[in-house]
This record gives sequence, C-alpha cells and structure tokens, in this order.
Amino acid sequence: MASSELTMGPLIFHWPAEQKRDFWLRIADEAPVDTVYLGETVCSKRTPFFDDPYLAKVSQRLQGAGKKVIWSTLSEVMIKRDRKIVADICAQEDMAVEANDASALFHLSGKPHRIGQALNVYNEATMQFLASKGATHFCLAPELPRSCITSLAQTAKRLGVGLEVQVFGRMSLALSARCYHARAYGRTKDNCLFVCEEDPDGMDLSTRSDTPFLAINGIQTLSHAYLNLSGEVSALQQMGVGAFRLSPHSGDMVAVAHCYRDLLDNKITVDEADVMLKELKVPQPMANGFFHHQPGYKMVSTLSERT
Amino acid sequence: MSPPQPPRLNRPELICPAGTPAALRAAVDAGADAVYCGLQNATNARNFPGLNFTPDALAQSITYAHERDTKVLLAVNSFATAPGAKLWQDAVDIAASLNADAVIVADIGVAQYVAENHPGLRLHLSVQAGASSPEAIRYYCREFGVSRVVLPRILTVTEISAIHDEIPCEIEAFVFGNIGMMAEGRCSLTNYVTGQSTNMDGVCSPASAVQYVKNADESLAAKLGEFEIDCFAENESAGYPTICKGRYLTPARSGTYYAFEEPVSLNLSSLLPELVGAGVTALKIEGRQRSRSYVRAVVSAYREAIDDIMEGAEADLSVLISLTEGGKQTEGAFKSKKWR
Repeated sequence: MASSELTMGPLIFHWPAEQKRDFWLRIADEAPVDTVYLGETVCSKRTPFFDDPYLAKVSQRLQGAGKKVIWSTLSEVMIKRDRKIVADICAQEDMAVEANDASALFHLSGKPHRIGQALNVYNEATMQFLASKGATHFCLAPELPRSCITSLAQTAKRLGVGLEVQVFGRMSLALSARCYHARAYGRTKDNCLFVCEEDPDGMDLSTRSDTPFLAINGIQTLSHAYLNLSGEVSALQQMGVGAFRLSPHSGDMVAVAHCYRDLLDNKITVDEADVMLKELKVPQPMANGFFHHQPGYKMVSTLSERT
Repeated sequence: MSPPQPPRLNRPELICPAGTPAALRAAVDAGADAVYCGLQNATNARNFPGLNFTPDALAQSITYAHERDTKVLLAVNSFATAPGAKLWQDAVDIAASLNADAVIVADIGVAQYVAENHPGLRLHLSVQAGASSPEAIRYYCREFGVSRVVLPRILTVTEISAIHDEIPCEIEAFVFGNIGMMAEGRCSLTNYVTGQSTNMDGVCSPASAVQYVKNADESLAAKLGEFEIDCFAENESAGYPTICKGRYLTPARSGTYYAFEEPVSLNLSSLLPELVGAGVTALKIEGRQRSRSYVRAVVSAYREAIDDIMEGAEADLSVLISLTEGGKQTEGAFKSKKWR
C-alpha cells in the first residue's frame, strides 16, 4: 500500500497575523505533513491581516521545506469582496486550488483543481461529474458515514482521483450569512471589530445546564468535541482513502502531526496515539460518531474492529 | 401632464407548499400558481413522518392541479447519498413520468442526471444548493441548464436586484414562513445531535429525538437528543427545540441568549413590490410541514396581496401575523445588511 499522505487543513480561526505566520513557519520546519492548505476559508474580512501581507512568503517557505501547497477558497461567497478574492485565487496559473463553493467551480472548470470539505460530494455521480471537469482530489464532509466513504473511495479509485478525510480537530457543522461572534457581542458582521480574534479555537456555546455543545467561529458553527479518527485510520486506509487531514488548533499541532504520522505508518497503536493526544492536552471529549452513523458528538469504541 | 408612472411590474408566480394531497388541493383552490411537494423518502428536505406523497398520490395531485392550470414542482433536494443514490434518480424518473412541471434539485449528481436523462424536464436549483453569488448560479445554469434559482434567505433586496442583472435564469425568493439561519445544504447540526442528517435524510430537528422534561423549578426543558436546546418558564409557551433557534450560554455573556436567531417567521409582505421590482419571478411560501388550513390561509392572503399590488393598490396582510411563529415576524436579511 502506498504511504498515506498527511495534510494540514486550512487555518479556520482568526489568530493575530504574526501568530498565523509563526504557526505556518513552524509547520514548514517541523511538522511531518506532506500537504498544507492555505487561504482564508471562513470570512473575507480577515484577509487583509494575514493573507495579503504574509501568505506568499509563508507559501514559499512551506514549498522550500518540501510541502505541497494548496490554496483553499472561501466556503461562503456572497458579496463583491468574497467574489473578487475567489476569482483572483482561481485566476492564478501556478497555484493549486481547492474549491469550497460553486463560484470557485465556475472559475476552475476545465483545469485541474481540488474539491474541499464545504462542497457537498455525497455520491458517485457528483464525484464523476466534478472529475470530468478537472477535479483531481476530494476532501469529504465530516458528516459522511463509513458506507458512503466506502462507495466514494471505490469511485475515486476508478477515476484515479485522490480522496481525503479529516481525522483531527473540531468539525465544521454549519455556515451562515450572519456572524454569531459579532452577535454574541451585540454587534453585526459589518461592525464586528474582529471579535473572533478573542477565541483561538472558537467561542464555546453550552446548554443552559452547562453541557458544552458547540463552538462559534464567526459565520461558522463547529462541534464542541474534537474529531479524532485514530481508531478508524486503519479502516480508512483499507478502503483506499489516501490523505488524512488535521484541522489546525492552538495546541501543539507539530506534535499532533507526529502522532498521526506514526499512526499512519503503523509505528504506534491506536491506544498509544490516544494517550499521546491526551498528554498533549487536546481538549476532551473527542468524537468519531459520524463515521459510525451515530450522532457526531459520540465516541464509539472501535476496540472490536482492531486486530 | 400626468405624473410619472412607476415601472410596470411583471406578475410574479406564487409558489406554495404542500405536505399532503389535501394541502395541495387547498393551495390550488386558494390561488397558487404552482405547488411544490416531495416523495415519502429521504429524497427531499422535509422528510417527516406522515408527510409527503406516494407516487400514486402525486399522480392524482398533478392531474388535479393541471386541470386547474396550476403547476406542480417536485422537490428532490436532499443530497443523493452513496451507496443508495439510485433513490434520487428514481425520484427524478417519477417526476418526469408523471409530467411534473419541474424538479427542484440541490445535488450536482442529481442535476447531471436530470440534464442527461430528462433534457425536457425543467430544472430548478433548490435553496439547498446554497447558490448565493452570480458565479455560483451561473455555474449551475452553464453545466445543467438550470431555469430558475431559489435564492438563499440571506440576501438584501438590493443584492437580489444586482444578482438578477448578472444571471441568465429566473429567481424564486422565499417571502413567508420558517427562516433557516444556516446556509442550506451545509448544516450538519441535526446529524451531530441525533445521527440523522439534514443533507442525507432530509430531516431537521426530528420529532423522534424531541423530549420535553420538567425541571425541579417547574420550568420545561426542550431537548433534542441529549442536549437541552431551550428552557421555558412556567408561564412561557414552550417552543420546538430547533438547534439554530435555541438559547445557550457563552463566556462573553451572562445568562442564556439566542446565539443564532430568535424563533421568528419570515414575512416579506411589506417588501413585495420591491422584490418584484428587483426581478424576482416567483414568490415562495415555506411550510410543507404545515396543515391544510395554514396553507389555505397563507396562500389566500398572498394571492390577494399580489393581485392588489398588480392593480396598484395597497396590500393588506395583517391576517398573516397570527400565522407566524409565536406571533413574531422578521424581514430577515432582506431589508438590511444589519441582520448579518
């Protein structure tokens, strides 16, 4: 079996620009990932801070360190600023682009590109159609269950396209036109004062009885639980999934990457990986429910599946 | 000299929901120009128990509507899910064989199936496709020959007007009913809580996962699955636990608050002339899960309002306030960007 590819997904949070820069530089120098996804995927208002001044430089460093760099587009495209950013990224001849909405597909059809998590690919016909228009690699939505991933992996193999699944980090559950970070502070999207910068891993929402539930990242709603598919990695590899995505958080992502690299290479067991993630203080609980066709927040034991 | 006349408005179509054959007949009789409905399975985004149409009921309903010059649109607007995607193709085949006037789809694979196998069947792009920019809409028009887009409920009237000038297809806009806070077709909140998916199973906050639990202080908790979505004091009327309309805690605030939106209904009756002026071809009423009497009341009121406006008269839609959620209504995103 070919070696599994480990990827670092787009940084979905609004960290101070220097923190973002340092994050990616450290990934370049220290993280055993093969591919990184750059570019703002959540809110176009954030792009003047990091993307405009730093992204090209960071990209060079990552490429210099031997990483493949892909540019992810905005997940929700509505106003002129969003549309221009997507059009500009897609117009670059020398950049590999991951499309996260249909407006990016409008620009990218006919040339090679990737399909991101925010574009719904739930069946063989969709995958085949997009591949016929130039899609070479698909990252699936977190909510897909095993049966669906199995079918899509067979289709990807037949079409000769890459298949990627997120294995770590909070799951994107919803997008909206409204900014819920701004709303929590009594503001609107237009006068948000970039309050989302306060929460490096999202703003916690709990139920009235104080049960942690969701996390807000601007217009995006995330799971409270961190996705951890350590116990499913082996099954995914056997299905033919070739790329495994870590979604960046403020914890030690280099160490998380080493952990998953060793797990993918069968150098450590699932239990060892899980112990390691706990020692790294990855917030608990973790979840894998979607894969098992259970509520997404649940952690289903995979002991019986392991050999 | 006579005063300048406002530009003549094109008469918009009134698109009405039907969850049952009885509701469909009520909508037709109340003056709908078209009725939309779905089959009794996961292929549509309102897959609720006791709702929707068998193929036989759909056939009879289409006959009833066509005899009265009303169109029937079949919503096949959830996301075809492997390995069972054939169910969605079968739904499209049923629509074609029964002479439905259009299918409303969101999934690229389903749209491609329609374009390839039923080129004569009119294709509407569902709100579930979340096409919120001219480029996204033009993509679906170019690739699949979409004739009409149902716009997400996130745009202002000014933005709708600008989109109209940049796309080659008709626009359908929601004017009344439930207001979804999340980008349609991209929400997994229900699946996160219940294990049933809005995109794949066509369910949102399913009743089978709802529980009302009395607390020690006599308040009533409305739960979805394991999570308390809202809580109502003894003297408050209890609402339905829809995740994006719940009250939650966050460190930046004291006490619970509506983190996403309050339980309100969309009512654009006061913006109807502006919407039609913006180039909207069809006005859509939400609510396939609603009763026949609700459908009759809303459709009648909107029928009258549209006819009044076309004759240049003021429309009276005061009756509609009693039909909104908790008696509360909003113009949502349509009036101002401040909503965002």
